[in-house]
Amino acid sequence: MIQPEAEWRAHLAEGRFMIQRSRSTGGHVFYPRIVEPGTGADDLEWVEASGKGVVHALTVVRKKDPAESYTVVLVDLAEGPRMMSRVDGINVDSVRIGMDVTARIVAEGDKPLLVFVPA
Amino acid sequence: MTMVHGFPRGRTAIVGAATFGIGRCPGVAAVDMAARASMLALADAGLSLKDVDALYTSAPYEALGGMELAEYLGLTPKVVDCNRTGGSAFEVYVQQAALALEAGLIDCALIAYGSNPASNPPPGVGMTQQSPWEAPYKPLAPLSSYALAASRHMHVYGTTRAQLAEVAVAARRWAQLNPEAAVRDPLSIEDVLSARMVSDPLTVRDCCLFNDGAAAVVMVRADRAKDCAKRPIPVLGAAHAVTHREISSMPDLTVTGAAISGPQAFAQAGVTAADIELAMVYDAFTITPILFLEDLGFCPKGEGGRFVADGAIAPGGRLAVNTNGGGLSCVHPGMYGLFLLVEAVRQLRGEAGERQLARAELAVAHGNGGVLSSEATVILARG
Repeated sequence: MIQPEAEWRAHLAEGRFMIQRSRSTGGHVFYPRIVEPGTGADDLEWVEASGKGVVHALTVVRKKDPAESYTVVLVDLAEGPRMMSRVDGINVDSVRIGMDVTARIVAEGDKPLLVFVPA
Repeated sequence: MTMVHGFPRGRTAIVGAATFGIGRCPGVAAVDMAARASMLALADAGLSLKDVDALYTSAPYEALGGMELAEYLGLTPKVVDCNRTGGSAFEVYVQQAALALEAGLIDCALIAYGSNPASNPPPGVGMTQQSPWEAPYKPLAPLSSYALAASRHMHVYGTTRAQLAEVAVAARRWAQLNPEAAVRDPLSIEDVLSARMVSDPLTVRDCCLFNDGAAAVVMVRADRAKDCAKRPIPVLGAAHAVTHREISSMPDLTVTGAAISGPQAFAQAGVTAADIELAMVYDAFTITPILFLEDLGFCPKGEGGRFVADGAIAPGGRLAVNTNGGGLSCVHPGMYGLFLLVEAVRQLRGEAGERQLARAELAVAHGNGGVLSSEATVILARG
């Protein structure tokens, strides 16, 4: 039995961005789960994501000074699925929909977090 | 157009409708408010608690709220539902009550809701769990999810922040005609645009209120409705669609489930958007009426921003939208869906006072739940 969230986190802790793919349909799945949405295929395996993506939608959460504003984005992964993340390494006001981005694993507190940077 | 569907068109009706405690309602519990609204709606219908044999309610912070309100009112209902489709729950209840009434399973449905988060803040525990796939990125819930949809709509269709602001200004102008509306001071496009940005492209003035309010409606079969105290408001159609839970899983950020529920409800009713005089469409944020007006067929996809521009949905405009002032300026206690239905009933009965439409034969009430996740459309007529 797949343990979706635990296995995802374990991969991330090892510095690997893994997503699921169905052996029978070839479809990629994110977020991790035990069946492929739409088909119900339960032959999901973990594969390394390319880390390539495109910003699909964008908001900037505006904090009052001195707290820093930050982006919340939806990224279309090259493999097909869409995920929520943020874009680091660039001024929040320079992020654009349609921008090519690349995944990075950063430490957020004591946990690894998947974010994106401009490609 | 032929479409096979089982909805009992016009065979049930809303016969009682009421609101209570809009704005501030301190010193009482949410269930007290729901009970008061229930009694007002029953009195409006000329019915009593003894007539009620089905109860539909979504308590704000009590998962077993159906049983709570049944106990409180001393009811022994045959059907109790306290569903979890957020602000759309009450339009879903109309659908479910119509089917149960038509089947003869029940004879009188009470749909009720009360919530006072402004004067009786909820406990620290929220209604829902945080998504492990979204929460680490700290979106403001639910605001940032709607902001993401708005950003996509602006990117694809050229919708502007000024067009979003038109929605808030129109709601305020309607609110100024509604003595019950909680916020009635003047609001301009410039006020909305220059307000504090919270989650781009939405400012605080693009966001609904978070105040107190209760509402209730009563439904019976059409034959019995004739004996009630007020003009019955027949239910012509009601349909529901769920497309996702979290915004990252929304199939298309610019197309909501209203594109499914709307056409179904209109087909059941045998009418189109062109026939509608009043659109009560859930305005959690200024982007939502734009999306719903498109998806319900009032304008082509992508044209919503231009459709609402130049005061087109304000008093005197081409389409009356959210005539009570909406969630943006009248009331939004967490779940707003029941207030849409009450306002539609009041307009169709001719009870809307200074904001009464000259012609109100057909209305749509469209509820939204989650983050554009659950969409439910009800078509009502002047009986």
